[in-house]
Amino acid sequence: MIGRIWKRLSSLFRKDALERELDEEMRYHLERDIEQNLRSGMSPDEARRAALRAFGGMEQSKEACREARGGRLIDESWQDLRYGLRLMHKAPGFTAVVVATFALGIAINASVFSVVNGVLLKPLPYPNPDELVTIHQSKPNFDTGAIPYPNFLDMKKENRTFAAMALTRSYGFTLTGAGEPERVSAQLVSADFFSLLGVEPVMGRTFSQSEDEKGAAPVALVSADFWQRKLGSAPDVLGKGINLDERSYTIVGVIPADFNLRVNIFRQSDVYVPIGQWDNPVLQNRAAALSLHGVGRLKPGVTLEQAQADLDRVMRGLAQAYPATNKDNGAKIIPLKERMVGYVRPTLWMLLGAVGFVLLIACVNVSNLLLARSTSRAREFAVRAALGASRWRLLRQSLTESILLALMGCGLGLLLAEWGTRAALNLLPTTLPRAEEVGLDARVLLFTILISLLTGVVAGLAPALKISQRRLSETLKEGGRGASHGRSRAQGFLVVVEMALALILLIGAGLMIRSVSALWDVDPGFNQENVLTFNLNLPPAMQTASPEAVRAALRDLSDELNSTPGVEAASFSIGTFPILNEDDLFFWLADQPKPASQSQMHMSLVSLVEPGYLKAMGIALKRGRFFEKQDDERSQAVAVIDETFARKYFPNQEPIGKRIQLDDEQPPLEVIGVVGHVKSWGIDADESQTLQAQLYLPFRALPDRQMRGAATVVRVAARTDKLRPASFESIRSAVRSRNSQNVIFRPLTMNEVIAASLASHRFSMTLLNIFAGVALLLASVGLYGVISYIVGQRTQEFGIRLALGARPRDLFRLVMSQGLKMVLCGVALGLVVALCLTRLMEKMLYGVSATDPATFMLITLLLTAVALVASLVPAYRAAKVDPLLALRSE
Amino acid sequence: MKRQKTDLLKQGTLELLIMRLLRSGQLNGWDIMQRIQLISGEVLTVTPGALYPALHRLEERGVIAAEWRESENNRRAKFYKLTAAGRRKLEAELQTWERFSGAVEAILRDA
Repeated sequence: MIGRIWKRLSSLFRKDALERELDEEMRYHLERDIEQNLRSGMSPDEARRAALRAFGGMEQSKEACREARGGRLIDESWQDLRYGLRLMHKAPGFTAVVVATFALGIAINASVFSVVNGVLLKPLPYPNPDELVTIHQSKPNFDTGAIPYPNFLDMKKENRTFAAMALTRSYGFTLTGAGEPERVSAQLVSADFFSLLGVEPVMGRTFSQSEDEKGAAPVALVSADFWQRKLGSAPDVLGKGINLDERSYTIVGVIPADFNLRVNIFRQSDVYVPIGQWDNPVLQNRAAALSLHGVGRLKPGVTLEQAQADLDRVMRGLAQAYPATNKDNGAKIIPLKERMVGYVRPTLWMLLGAVGFVLLIACVNVSNLLLARSTSRAREFAVRAALGASRWRLLRQSLTESILLALMGCGLGLLLAEWGTRAALNLLPTTLPRAEEVGLDARVLLFTILISLLTGVVAGLAPALKISQRRLSETLKEGGRGASHGRSRAQGFLVVVEMALALILLIGAGLMIRSVSALWDVDPGFNQENVLTFNLNLPPAMQTASPEAVRAALRDLSDELNSTPGVEAASFSIGTFPILNEDDLFFWLADQPKPASQSQMHMSLVSLVEPGYLKAMGIALKRGRFFEKQDDERSQAVAVIDETFARKYFPNQEPIGKRIQLDDEQPPLEVIGVVGHVKSWGIDADESQTLQAQLYLPFRALPDRQMRGAATVVRVAARTDKLRPASFESIRSAVRSRNSQNVIFRPLTMNEVIAASLASHRFSMTLLNIFAGVALLLASVGLYGVISYIVGQRTQEFGIRLALGARPRDLFRLVMSQGLKMVLCGVALGLVVALCLTRLMEKMLYGVSATDPATFMLITLLLTAVALVASLVPAYRAAKVDPLLALRSE
Repeated sequence: MKRQKTDLLKQGTLELLIMRLLRSGQLNGWDIMQRIQLISGEVLTVTPGALYPALHRLEERGVIAAEWRESENNRRAKFYKLTAAGRRKLEAELQTWERFSGAVEAILRDA
């Protein structure tokens, strides 16, 4: 075997010698024939002719001998390659167009694939990432609820399938003693959190179990970013203290800068502190969820189903032990990666599909160009065939050329992709999870090279088959011009395909545009213009102050905010806030008996707001009245509901005056007003949520025990007369004027809030538009090219027609109708396929059906119009044919 | 496109004949052609277009080996001979052929 390979390789180098030997062998044979003929009495001339005749095609025999030898594949491929390169060099314009077309298609595919790869395919950057899950407590109506701390401790103790379990929750501190008081983001974590994920601190250590308990000495981990920004990257930072909410925390470690769990239960933070030390009095309450969510690592070999069944068992035990709080509660585990990226999966696959179409169109275009060129090369191939080149050989050479072009496109495309991906991600930074992991890696490279090879083969196949099939004698007879009819039929077919593909993409993009504009037109239930929202927290000292003091400070601040110049109305808000925050409560109707357990109670979203809220948010009052300043902790307990609440719980009744009970301790709330429904879950998602009813309570009636929470952080909504960049600053200085330790942070306009909530729609719309635009461009260039080519081929025919009395107008119409025919066929094909394919994107659409007739019609008209414009120029050229010139060129 | 020659001999049969002719010694291409015609009493003819590719194919497979030396009229010619592997292959194929032709004959005679 090795010997044979060696022989093959060495024969590559002995090629000239082998050729000489082949020559000599054949000559010897011929000479012996001639000798024999001479002996039988022929004249020398006659003898030679007879011998040659007997021998047959000498070149063909030689070619067959060459083919019989191995090693030729490499040899000939090399030959094809050099030949291909030479051809490219000879036709730089053609080469440039083809390579550019390939590069465009390949670049778009490489970009989208690198996103799919970075986001969906790559394993998470943690050891054994498949073992990681998020853990939630489920209620009958809600799968992924928060876990009360005592339930978590029991889950952790009693499970048999988890190697480790940890809990986490977002938090915020006011940092003092390091320049201006500053709000720092924090995350409460249980001791196992970092070790479970396999995250190693840059320096120091993570928390020990004994630090994760109430009463332990305060310790903190800081992010590398915070260490750099606030602590000057001091190498001796371990053991130093930082003041958070007026308490000194000892720094025990530094967490790597790139650590970010990328799930919504976690926020990349400045500091991390042990959750067990949290002195929130309700932490130990089995009914208080407190936004705590779990992460866990399964034991090796444990499946998701086993772990789920295991936690189900534990939760059943808890429901029996603590029926009052745990009845009907279960557990839900979700693979960490699914939780992180699952929601973008359909969008990304759709985009990959879309760019696949673009690449196909690019292929078809190149195919057409190659077909057109194959005409001028028909003679070359015919001659080679006559000299004994087999069909397979010609096919291979033709394919080598197109693959070579595709690979050049691949190189250029990768450069474009690297640049384009980065540009796209910078443009739309917040919409993608794991965006920082997107890049060109080995897998992307492999994918790109593979699709490039495939592209080369697909684009080269039609022309190659055409070339190798052609009847040799006919081509030679025709003087190399070739029978154009069959070929233009193939080209016509390709144009039809390309039009169909473009139409499908355009319809997809059209549907996305329609749904995004439909989303913008949706009334969110509030007026987002000129509204600013931000968080506010009182000085850390207020957290331990008396409820009266906090109440007084908040009222004071509220008055200050409402009298700030430029502010028309402002209101504090705790609980549900449109799009940004969600909070709910259980209730029952006061004229009905109290349900036996919580799971039988009704649920509603709840927000605590001030009288100014309605005006600040621009929510419509439908009946009764909204809160007044007098509705406070001493007055009668009142509530305002939204229309959905009224419709659901007081159908066909007067809701004003109805009473709602939240618990046994407090008196029932009397409904005093009804307001319009607000799309609180987000404009696109609100309708799909089961929990829609909204309940408003007066902020000023907040009971004493919740005052401390209010001092920690409240959200503010402020309507300004005209939102300008300085608006936030003037509000900030007003707030500071009352107490320099008041901190306000994270300002957003409500327009920004809405835009961000629609970002993923806009992301896919923008990309799909770009892809569809490229597709339209490629397809119309393709159509233009083919019609121009056909016009060129038929110039003489047109000349004859003109000479026989046809008018230029007739020729114009002839060409246009030919173009139109292709377009209409393409459109018909495209419409059929689009009808099937757009159903797949139904979930990504809003307010428009996947088979929206208006979109389909409009896009069809658009494509037809563009296509007609593309055939206009060649048709005009046909009408301008000079019969004399056309006929003379024969 | 290559013009199809109607050779009397199928490829496998031609190869068998070549191997058989080379069993008793070295021959060049021309000799082989002459002998096939002569021995078959002009019934079988083979063209150079079929013979030489067959020779090169057999050489490539290591069934025969080639050597350049003087021919009877003092000119250099390429002589082929059977290799050891070729000899084994020939014996095997002769047996197959005999079984095959015997079977065909039996049917033609007795059926």
